[in-house]
Amino acid sequence: MTTGARNALLVGAVLLLAALPLVGDTYALRLGTFACMYAVMAVSWNVIGGMAGYPSFATAAFFGLGAYAGGVLLSKGGGLAGALLLSGTLAFAGAMLLGVVLLRLRGHYFAVASLAVAEVLRELANTATDLTGGGMGLNIPLAATSGGPQAEASFYFLLMWALLLLTLGVVLALERSRLGFGLQCIRQNESAADMIGVNATLYKSLAFAISGVFVAMAGTVYAAWVHYIEPPDVFDILFSVKPIVMALLGGLGSTAGALLGAFAFLAIEETVWRNSLEIHTGLLGLLIVVLLLFLPNGIVSLARRLRGSGASGG
Amino acid sequence: MAELLRLESVSRRFGGLQAVQDVSLSVGAGEVLGLIGPNGAGKTTLVNVIAGVHPASAGRVVFEGRDITRLKPYQTARIGLARTFQIVQPFPEFTVLDNVAAAAMFSRGGMGIAAGRQAAAEQLDFVGLAALAERPAASLTLAMRKRLELAKALAMRPRLLFLDEVNAGLNSAEVEQAMALIRRIAASGVTIVLIEHLMKVVMSVCSRIVVLQHGALIAEGGPAEIVADPRVVEAYLGKKYAQASKAGA
Amino acid sequence: MFLLQILANGIVLGCLYACIAAGFSLVWGVLNVINLMHGSFIVLGSYLAWAAYNGLGISPWITLLVAAPLFYGAGWLMQRGVLNRVIAAPVLVTLTLTFGLDLMLNNAMLLAFKADYRKLILDPPLGTLALGSVVVPVDRLVAMLFALVLTAALYLILRKSRVGRAIIAVRLDRDAATLMGVHVKSIYAAAFGFGAAMAGCAGVLLALIFPISPLSSTAYLGKAFVVCVLGGLGSVPGAVLGGLVLGILESFGAMAFGPEHAVTLSFGLLILFLIFRPQGLIGRRGFD
Repeated sequence: MTTGARNALLVGAVLLLAALPLVGDTYALRLGTFACMYAVMAVSWNVIGGMAGYPSFATAAFFGLGAYAGGVLLSKGGGLAGALLLSGTLAFAGAMLLGVVLLRLRGHYFAVASLAVAEVLRELANTATDLTGGGMGLNIPLAATSGGPQAEASFYFLLMWALLLLTLGVVLALERSRLGFGLQCIRQNESAADMIGVNATLYKSLAFAISGVFVAMAGTVYAAWVHYIEPPDVFDILFSVKPIVMALLGGLGSTAGALLGAFAFLAIEETVWRNSLEIHTGLLGLLIVVLLLFLPNGIVSLARRLRGSGASGG
Repeated sequence: MAELLRLESVSRRFGGLQAVQDVSLSVGAGEVLGLIGPNGAGKTTLVNVIAGVHPASAGRVVFEGRDITRLKPYQTARIGLARTFQIVQPFPEFTVLDNVAAAAMFSRGGMGIAAGRQAAAEQLDFVGLAALAERPAASLTLAMRKRLELAKALAMRPRLLFLDEVNAGLNSAEVEQAMALIRRIAASGVTIVLIEHLMKVVMSVCSRIVVLQHGALIAEGGPAEIVADPRVVEAYLGKKYAQASKAGA
Repeated sequence: MFLLQILANGIVLGCLYACIAAGFSLVWGVLNVINLMHGSFIVLGSYLAWAAYNGLGISPWITLLVAAPLFYGAGWLMQRGVLNRVIAAPVLVTLTLTFGLDLMLNNAMLLAFKADYRKLILDPPLGTLALGSVVVPVDRLVAMLFALVLTAALYLILRKSRVGRAIIAVRLDRDAATLMGVHVKSIYAAAFGFGAAMAGCAGVLLALIFPISPLSSTAYLGKAFVVCVLGGLGSVPGAVLGGLVLGILESFGAMAFGPEHAVTLSFGLLILFLIFRPQGLIGRRGFD
C-alpha cells in the first residue's frame, strides 16, 4: 500500500469517528476522546522524534503547559477559544526559544534535557500557588453546555476530534513539504544537511514547536474536560513515554504509524486497566519491554512479515 | 583573472593545537588549484574554515568580494561554495536521486521537491549515475558513492568547488574516470580546489598548486616549480632528500 | 558558625549522592544506557536493609556485605538476559526499555510492600556527634563514611582489577578492547552488575536516613541524573565531585529559597549544565 493510500485510509477512518456521538454512550465517548488525545500526542511526537530524529521526552511538558495555561485562563473567566489560542501560542513560542538551546544537544543529552523541562515546569506549577493552586490543584469551571452528560461528553469528544483533524492536516502537509524533506535529511546526517544548505537550527526548532503546539492545546481541552488538574497529573512522565511507545508500536517514522499505534495502545490500555487495576502499570511495562525486544519495527512490520512481503525496515 | 576567493592570514586553533597558521592565498575564477601537503598538514581544516564548519580563530575569508568569515555552513552553501567529504556523507535511507535532489533544493532557495528531483536527474546524467537513481544510497560501492558525492556538490550550482580526496580508495581505472570528470567540471566554468595525495592527478589537472605543512603555506606555484622546490621535497621526504635534490638539480 | 553547619550538611548529603550516582554514571558511561531502574534498585536495597533488621535483627552494616554480591548478580543477569539484546540500539529504545522494566519492578514493589513509608530505626539510636559548632547525626555520618568507602572501592576495582581495567578499556575504545581479547558482552554485564551493586548498597545506607517507599525511586533517580551531568559521565571522581557540588548547593539553596525548591533547583542546574557544559565539571566529551 502506498503512503498516500495509507494516509487517505486512516484519515477516512478518523473522519468516520465523527459519528461516535450518534451511536456511542458516554463511556464510548470517553474512550474516543482519549483515542483522539493520544493520537494528537503520538502524531505530534513523531514530528520531532520520528522525522527529525531527536528523541524528545518533552511531551509531558507541553501537555502540562497547555493544561495549566488554558486552565488558569478558563478559571479566570476566559473562553475556550482564547484558552486554546493562548496555550498554543505559548507552546509554539516557548518551543522555538527553548529549541535553539536544547536542540544543540544530541541523543541521550537531549532526551534528558527534554525530560528535565517537564520536571522544572511541574515544580514551577507546584510552587506558583497563587496562580495555579499549587499542590492543591486547579478547579476549572464547567463549560456552558446544556443537555446533561451525553451532550457534555459529545462536546469534548468532538473538540478533541477536531484538534486531531487539525494536527493531521498540518503534519501530513509537513511530511510532503520542503521542511519535512529537510527534517529527513537532518535525521539521517545532520552535518551533511548543513553542508547542502539546510538551516538545521531553524528546521529543528520548527519541528520541536510543531510537536508541542497541538499537544498543548490537547492539554487545554483535557483540563476543561476533567475540570480539575494537579501538577503531578498533567506533567506525568507517562505522558512523555506513552506517545513514544505508541509511535514505536505503530512503526517509527510515519504519521500513519503513530496514529495506528495510538489507537492500538488505547485498546490495549483500556483492556488491561479494566481487568487488573493493581498491576496495570506493571503490565504496561511488560508491553513496552515485549514491544522493544521483539517487535522493534512496530505493528506495521508484523503485518508485512505475516504477508511474507520482502520489504525490509519499518 | 578575476579573484574568486581570498584568504587573509587565516588561522585556526583547537585548544593547544594550531591547525592552520596564518594562511594567505588567492583563488582566481576558472582555476583548478591543487592543495597538497603531508598528512595532518591542515588541508581539510582549511576547507572546513572556509566553509564555516569551524570559525576562523584569526584572519578573513573573502568570497566574490564579500567577507564570509563568520558565515555558517548552510549559508556558504547558499552563496556558491560546495565541497565533497573525504569520508563520504550520503543520506543513507534516501535514494541516490533524493540525495542529489536535497542538495539542489536547499542550496538554491525556493525549489520544491519535484523541481529538485528534476535538477538531480540532470546531475546524475552528468556523472554517469542515472541508472542507479532509484537505489538506496547505502547500497552503493565506494566509487559510486564518491560520484554521488560529486553529483550532490554539482547540484548546488557552485562557483567554487572543494574536492577533498575524491580519489582515496579508488583503483587506477576509477581514478582515470574521476580525472576526466574533474576536467569536464572545470571546463564547464566551475573553479575547483583539489585536495589530493596522488601526484599524477595533481600534475595533470591543476593549473596552480599550493603546499601546506603543519598548517602553514610553504610554497606556491605551477606544477614544475613545486616539484623542484626543496621546501616541498623536504616536507614530504625529509631534509636528506631535499639536500640531495638541490645538489643534483 | 551557622554556615559551617549548612556546609557540613551539604557534604554529608553530597557523599550519599555520590554513592547513588557512581553506579549510574558507570552504566551510562560504559554501556551508553541510562538505567531508569536505578532508583528502584536503591529502594529495593533499602527494603532489604529494613527487612533484615526488623525481621532478622541483622545490622545494616552487615546487610551491606550481602547486598553487594546479591545486587551484582541480579544486575549481571538483567544485562546479559535482557539489555544485551538492545545494546546497540538508539537512545530512544534503551531509555524506553529501562523505563518499561522499571514500571514492572516498581509495580512489583508496590504490591509486595505497599506504598506507605517505612523507617528503619536503629535500636539503640546512635545519637549525634558535635564537632566544634557543627552537629552531625551519627547514623548519617557513618552512612557517609560507608558511602565513601564503597565509592573508593569501586574506583579501586576499576583501576586495579582485571575486570575493572577491561571496563575502562571498553569505555575508551570498544573495538580496540575487542581486538585485545576483551569479551565485551561479559564486560557490559559486569559493569551493569557493579552499577546495580552500588545502587543496592546505597539503598542500604539510605534506609537509615530517609523513609522507604517505592514512591521514592524517581527522586533518587533524579538525583543520580543531576550528579552525573554535573560531574561528568563514567568517572567515579566525577560522581564524587558532582555529588558534593549538588549536596552543598542544595543545602545552601534550601536555606536561601526554602527546601521545597530543592528539586526545581537541581533540575534547573541540570538543564544549565546540559546546555553550557554537557561534559560536566571534569568529564570528557564524546557520549551522545
